[in-house]
Amino acid sequence: MSQPNTRHNSTPGSERLTAMLERMLLIRRTEEQLGADSRAGELPGNVHLCAGQEAIAVGVCNHLSDSDYVGSTHRGHGHFLAKGGSVRSLIAEVHAKSTGACGGLGGSMHVTDLSKGMIGANGIVGGGIGLAAGAALSAQVAGEGQVAVAFFGDGASSQGILPEVFNIAVLWKLPLILVCEYNGYSEFSASSTVNAGEIADRARAFGIPTDVIDGNDVEAVWTSAAIAIERARKGEGPSFIEAKTYRLRGHLEAEDGFLQAPYRSEEEIDQWRARDPIPQLVKRLTEMSAMSDADFEILEAKVAAEVKDALQFANDSEPPEMERVLSSVFVDQLP
Amino acid sequence: MAKMRLTQAINAAYFEEMERNERIVLFGEDVEVSMFGDTRGLHAKFGSNRIRNTPISESAMTGMAVGAAMAGTPAICHLMFSNFALTGFDGIANQAAKLRLMTGGQARLPVTFVAAIGAGTSTGAQHSDTPYPMFMNLGGINIAVPATPADAKGLMKSALRGFNPTIFLLPRVRGATSGEVSEDPDFLVPYGKASVMQEGSDITIVAIGSCVHHAIRAAKALAEDGISVELIDPRTLVPLDTDTIVASVRKTGRLVVVDEARDRCSAASHIAAVVGDEAFSSLKASIKRVTSPNIPMPYAPALERALLPDPDKIVAAARLTLAS
Ligand SMILES: Cc1ncc(C[n+]2csc(CCOP(=O)(O)OP(=O)(O)O)c2C)c(N)n1
Ligand SMILES: [Mg+2]
Repeated sequence: MSQPNTRHNSTPGSERLTAMLERMLLIRRTEEQLGADSRAGELPGNVHLCAGQEAIAVGVCNHLSDSDYVGSTHRGHGHFLAKGGSVRSLIAEVHAKSTGACGGLGGSMHVTDLSKGMIGANGIVGGGIGLAAGAALSAQVAGEGQVAVAFFGDGASSQGILPEVFNIAVLWKLPLILVCEYNGYSEFSASSTVNAGEIADRARAFGIPTDVIDGNDVEAVWTSAAIAIERARKGEGPSFIEAKTYRLRGHLEAEDGFLQAPYRSEEEIDQWRARDPIPQLVKRLTEMSAMSDADFEILEAKVAAEVKDALQFANDSEPPEMERVLSSVFVDQLP
Repeated sequence: MAKMRLTQAINAAYFEEMERNERIVLFGEDVEVSMFGDTRGLHAKFGSNRIRNTPISESAMTGMAVGAAMAGTPAICHLMFSNFALTGFDGIANQAAKLRLMTGGQARLPVTFVAAIGAGTSTGAQHSDTPYPMFMNLGGINIAVPATPADAKGLMKSALRGFNPTIFLLPRVRGATSGEVSEDPDFLVPYGKASVMQEGSDITIVAIGSCVHHAIRAAKALAEDGISVELIDPRTLVPLDTDTIVASVRKTGRLVVVDEARDRCSAASHIAAVVGDEAFSSLKASIKRVTSPNIPMPYAPALERALLPDPDKIVAAARLTLAS
């Protein structure tokens, strides 16, 4: 039997909310920079931006420490920064520089920082789900109360690996939090055309405690994640969170180059723009009298400076040498 | 004849054959939008019964394509990038490649898997593979790797008229290459028949997929030094036209094989082994392979470029061969 998540009593509080706002803003402004770089033809590869979805990454990862794990997706910049990855290493990686998170060998779809428990963005849809479940297994074996989070999209929910992981995670009571970022689209297909029924019901069928939340409300995300993560830390097994959200940018920045016709209405985009998680959070903090316009401007300036510094850092960095590639294939073989 | 790009030629093949055989279905992720352009317009023409967007479920897609084919409905299963053939590998490797033999020859399997191959645009290691060596090793599946729009059209049309499972790999960075293509509705390119793109007497160069274009440039450079290159594009790796390749090497005595796959167990190494067996006494020098190193593809563009075959590397390999 699946039990619905009961609402957690604790709330994040204004100080924590402010810290989360800063992270969300950092993700947004970093990605705006990368989007502009992409459109200007300054990036070697494509970028998938998560603008509009930042509250999910930040609300969940706010509970995690460096020893917890996050498995991510092709849309992974937000998860990377939310998990504590640095803006410098992110921007440098996407710009294919040796100082990037993966030395310029991975790229946007593979940003990883194992020192922060970020086990990677992933170019294979569904790939991160298996990796996160494996990290949860490792956490269980280590017995130190670590947890693992798998972020994945509504589209990825169609991969067989998801129900396979549901099953194993329940059987083994893995400390795994499965977070479906339901942004309504799988590439250019509306989710309703590629997903039968409710995705959350699939988790419920395995007896996994499940919560369907407003993913654009960082407080709701934070509260739901608090319960799921506590359960995992106590050894009570996996949880499933379906966070409803919307990506404000395209599937990939370059999509206008090949799309023959729009696949989303302007109206729909505008509706969701009005629900942008960042202004919503600013409004909430203002209502709590925890943030003034001046405070917000200071925050914006701080974030802008950080992004500017990171871009400068990336521009000043060298591309990777072939030596790095050749030494990155295997660890030294055992004697 | 009409001038068109490689992806347009494939598109034309789909249109013609789907019109000719109204049982053929095509499905894949976002085939209605068509990121590469090869499936563009099909939905408008043939409708939702025959052209279907699928969820991201490659293991179901490949299995279903095989099942549909067994049940009499020729299926085109579009896998977008060839790396996604790997999340759907069971349908290809355990089912499509094996079922005819296992059923004692009962099963006819008119199934065509389509996917883009190749690196060169910084898509990272999980979107850059050239995995035909893996498919070559499966035993029972045809493999087409067209280099020109005409061959792309003819090979696709043949696959769709035949009853054998086929994996059709389109060279991604060369998708925009244009060339003259026949508009004859019965224009077919046979499987197992190499194309001799240029006759020559000093050295044989066998090149696969996008490497054919590198080899053409290399042959031009070598011609300036008076070296006469015989250039062969096998077009299909299963079946492989070893007769044409071996006959050419018997004539020239020298062979360079160009293949974007990683060197270890590549198409190039297989071709070299066959030629070593069958034309040993004609060889005047050891066979050279121009391939990619045995590592995943890095993201940084300069590194990617340095690792891939290119005309200079082919010229260098040819000169080495000619020097001995
Ligand atoms: C195995 C695999 N199949 C297909 C793709 C191509 N692809 C990349 S993203 C994507 C859509 C993913 O949708 P969703 O999981 O909802 O994530 P979103 O892009 O909406 O964040 C597809 C089909 C892929 N990268 N990997
Ligand atoms: Mg989605």
